[in-house]
Amino acid sequence: MAANATPDFRTRLQTWLPKLVLSPSLAMVLVFVYGFIGFTVYVSFTNSRILPFVGPDGQPTHDLIGFTNYAKLFSLSHWEISLTNMAIFAGLYIVICTLIGLILAILLDQKIRGEGFLRPLYLYPMALSFIVTGTAWKWFLDPGIGLENIMQTWGWESFSFDWIKNRDFAIYTIVLAAVWQTSGFVMAMFLAGLRGIDNEILKAAQMDGASNWNLYRRIIIPQLRPAFLSAFVILAHLAIKTFDLVIAMTGGGPGRATELPATFMYSYTFSRNQMGIGASSAVIMLMTIAAIMIPYLYAELREKK
Amino acid sequence: MRRFEMRLRVGAAAVALLAAGAAQAADVEVLHWWTSGGEAAALNVLKEDLEGQGIGWQDMPVAGGGGEQAMTVLRARVTAGDAPTAVQALGFDILDWGAQGALADLNDVAAQEGWDEVVPEALQAFAKYDGKWISAPVNVHSTNWVWANKAVLDDNGIAVPETWEDFVAAVETLSAAGVTPIAHGGQAWQDATVFDAVAMSAGGPEFYKAAFIDLDEEALGSDTMKEAFDRMAFIRANVDDNFSGRDWNLATAMVINGEAGFQMMGDWAKGEFLNADKVPGEDFLCFRFPGTQEQVTFNADQFMMFDQGGVVSDEQAALASAILSPSFQSAFNVVKGSVPARTDVSDEAFDACGKQGMADLAAAASSGNLFGSMAHGHANPAAVKNAIYDVVTAHFNGEYDSETAVSELVDAVSIAQ
Amino acid sequence: MAVATQDTAIRTGRFARALIYLVLLLFVLFYMLPLYVMLVNSVKPLSEITGGGMMALPQVWTLEPWAKAWSTAQIGVQPTGLRPYFWNSISMVVPAVAISTVLGALNGYVLTKWRFRGDTILFGLMLFACFIPFQIVLIPMAAVLGFLGLSGSTAGLVLVHVVYGVGFSTLYFRNYYAVFPTELVRAAQIDGAGFFQIFWRILVPSSGPIAVVCIIWQFTNIWNDFLFGASFASGDGAPMTVALNNLVQSSTGVKEYNVHFAGAILAALPTLLVYIVAGRYFVRGLMAGSVKG
Repeated sequence: MAANATPDFRTRLQTWLPKLVLSPSLAMVLVFVYGFIGFTVYVSFTNSRILPFVGPDGQPTHDLIGFTNYAKLFSLSHWEISLTNMAIFAGLYIVICTLIGLILAILLDQKIRGEGFLRPLYLYPMALSFIVTGTAWKWFLDPGIGLENIMQTWGWESFSFDWIKNRDFAIYTIVLAAVWQTSGFVMAMFLAGLRGIDNEILKAAQMDGASNWNLYRRIIIPQLRPAFLSAFVILAHLAIKTFDLVIAMTGGGPGRATELPATFMYSYTFSRNQMGIGASSAVIMLMTIAAIMIPYLYAELREKK
Repeated sequence: MRRFEMRLRVGAAAVALLAAGAAQAADVEVLHWWTSGGEAAALNVLKEDLEGQGIGWQDMPVAGGGGEQAMTVLRARVTAGDAPTAVQALGFDILDWGAQGALADLNDVAAQEGWDEVVPEALQAFAKYDGKWISAPVNVHSTNWVWANKAVLDDNGIAVPETWEDFVAAVETLSAAGVTPIAHGGQAWQDATVFDAVAMSAGGPEFYKAAFIDLDEEALGSDTMKEAFDRMAFIRANVDDNFSGRDWNLATAMVINGEAGFQMMGDWAKGEFLNADKVPGEDFLCFRFPGTQEQVTFNADQFMMFDQGGVVSDEQAALASAILSPSFQSAFNVVKGSVPARTDVSDEAFDACGKQGMADLAAAASSGNLFGSMAHGHANPAAVKNAIYDVVTAHFNGEYDSETAVSELVDAVSIAQ
Repeated sequence: MAVATQDTAIRTGRFARALIYLVLLLFVLFYMLPLYVMLVNSVKPLSEITGGGMMALPQVWTLEPWAKAWSTAQIGVQPTGLRPYFWNSISMVVPAVAISTVLGALNGYVLTKWRFRGDTILFGLMLFACFIPFQIVLIPMAAVLGFLGLSGSTAGLVLVHVVYGVGFSTLYFRNYYAVFPTELVRAAQIDGAGFFQIFWRILVPSSGPIAVVCIIWQFTNIWNDFLFGASFASGDGAPMTVALNNLVQSSTGVKEYNVHFAGAILAALPTLLVYIVAGRYFVRGLMAGSVKG
């Protein structure tokens, strides 16, 4: 602060400074997130194909066509498949990740020798991108060269594991790989929550003769509520954004059995030159995210007041 | 939103000025997806040619999805007002960009080099928009090839099948002998590549043109189309259980290793055989899909030239003429497995399959039997192509029977238009 | 191991403990599996892989795939390997992580210690921004970068990553500072300390754990980004993931899986290193704030 500034100026500056500091981030978010969402909504009402708005020659490339894209979108069986897959994928992914994360955290919290060694092993999948690990998973799950083949060469002739090639089961292999990637992270979140719980309460309960099972069920797990919520939000948003994983492992196949809304949107916007339909699917995705997030944010933020 | 639109315009104009300035730096920037060893080495020939003329080469490789990834990147670059000098592209993508007014007018170069005389007309249809040359073709791939392991065929007493019935008999012989008859990778584009040839064989060139190029609803919904789907079902029944998601080169490896008899794939498959030290005619056979001996379904890689503020710079012109020079056409295509985009290049440097490919192309071009490949975006726009993919793949994977597939096809094509 | 000092109320029997270790080790197997596949195949000659032995240990050990991926593999027209792209990634990731972390810390500080009317709504707006699917911002972002003259530059990429990283970094710091005693801040204020003095002298010194969490998160996400890197970088300036993609996804020709896997591990090394080095602080950082309500 300038030493010769009048106190009045200083105070005024001090009251404005916080808002001033916040404003660049806020401006960025308003333009690059909300501005772009507005843009996407607009495009979804146009018949844009390759480029939205103006082409390089300055001529508009589209007309406004109302809700036609949305009508088309919901008449596509492709989109219906994507939505169904999303429901299966997100449901299983969130539940399994949370369960595995919680169980691992509880087990690791039992004064485990070598915890410092185990933790990074559980966490590291988060560090790798699926451009990399997708291929490894694809191979491992491939019946010809992966698990099935190995079990059979080890003498278990009847062993069969061809889910990734099977239209009805391929989506579960996507769940498997996705769980592999994030469950360790969820474990860390729960572990952090567990370490934050006051031991005195537990001891008191134990004096009263509570079993381990009851300790967890009645006292510990209810106290982990914030961790559950954070985990749910992070997992839900990862589920909706899941894209690389599908591209790397199945490319949406067999057939269209593993298409998700994100791959659908990318395909219509960029491969099929039907940007209008792509944008309308993006708007539906955003609305879904909002439907999940806004109640959560509302509850979280109101509580903290 | 209006304001945003205005800003976009101003931005595009400002950057167009910048780009015009940058073009004097005597560099060409080339966006492409040829990153495998052989392709990149072939492209390096072009780079060195230009460097010999004092023109720098800024490489911008983006691999993935047979160019899909590169097309996405291109969209971003053009929106940013920063289009590369030249961009590798296929079929309708070129015309789409031409329709946007984004491409340069190469007519001067074309007239000077006489492109109109040497490039087949069916190919010109994808290199010209509105009477203007907008793109420089590099090669012609043909997609209705069958690759076969000669030893496997000989052991089972199978001659090169001439008709669909021959092919069925050959497949059944192999199946009875315990060999996987057909090596196939279950990815949408591979399913569609097979479908191209099968439809051509089932209905002949008029049918192919009506269904895939004119998108005639009657042809799309016809009994012939149902027959084509039935034949696809036969092929599906004769691939191994593990076909789904397999890369095409792994399917080729099955033929190379004698695990499978046939593979239906474009001429890029040849490189795999050559890399495995196999000799055409001795170890492996290449022939047109039974019933399509007269026809060639093609796709062609081209470099579309982006407009650089209304003028074709010297560098851009030099790049375009280098691409179509007979020496580059020969050198590149010998490596790539495809054939030159101009019909006057000597076939001396090519192997047996390459020579046959060149002869087939010239013959098909002169007899009106040269058609764009639906599977590779040379018969109809991307939206329609992918809609057809959806149906073909769903049918191949057992989601639809042939009858449903035909009606879904009609619907899907009409929605996508 | 701090057996004597760290007291926990849960007691387990010998049999139960054996079971616990068993389960934990089974999960180690599960998590290590893909890494094993990658590692073991990166030190084999290609013929052994195409010969079918994906899970088997190599019969012939070779480091050649690693050397090739690093320095001679075909990425573009020239066989440069991944090496030149490594630096591109570093020069993009370091400023992007630094800027987004600093912004996040300042935002968190303002949102918890200098609260004003409507601040929770602003925070909500920023938080929701974390959830936008990146595919939809590609085209408008390109237009804005072109407008700013940042298209095809590292600065443009840094901007993009800061924009989409600041939501999460703000979230982390806000939750961390929320439990930081506000009395300390008020006391300093009464002593006449200014906005930045308080931040620098009082909050920054105790921000270590959450900074680690934030840096790990941002570093991983930015390093692994492909879509923005491919779209907004120039050919020479492309980050590692784009180069890796060019190596792995080449359309035709022999797929050298051993080189692909070696390249994949090389590309992942920095993030793996960050996790291993800073991993122990990660849980501590999460514990210290981000999950507390």
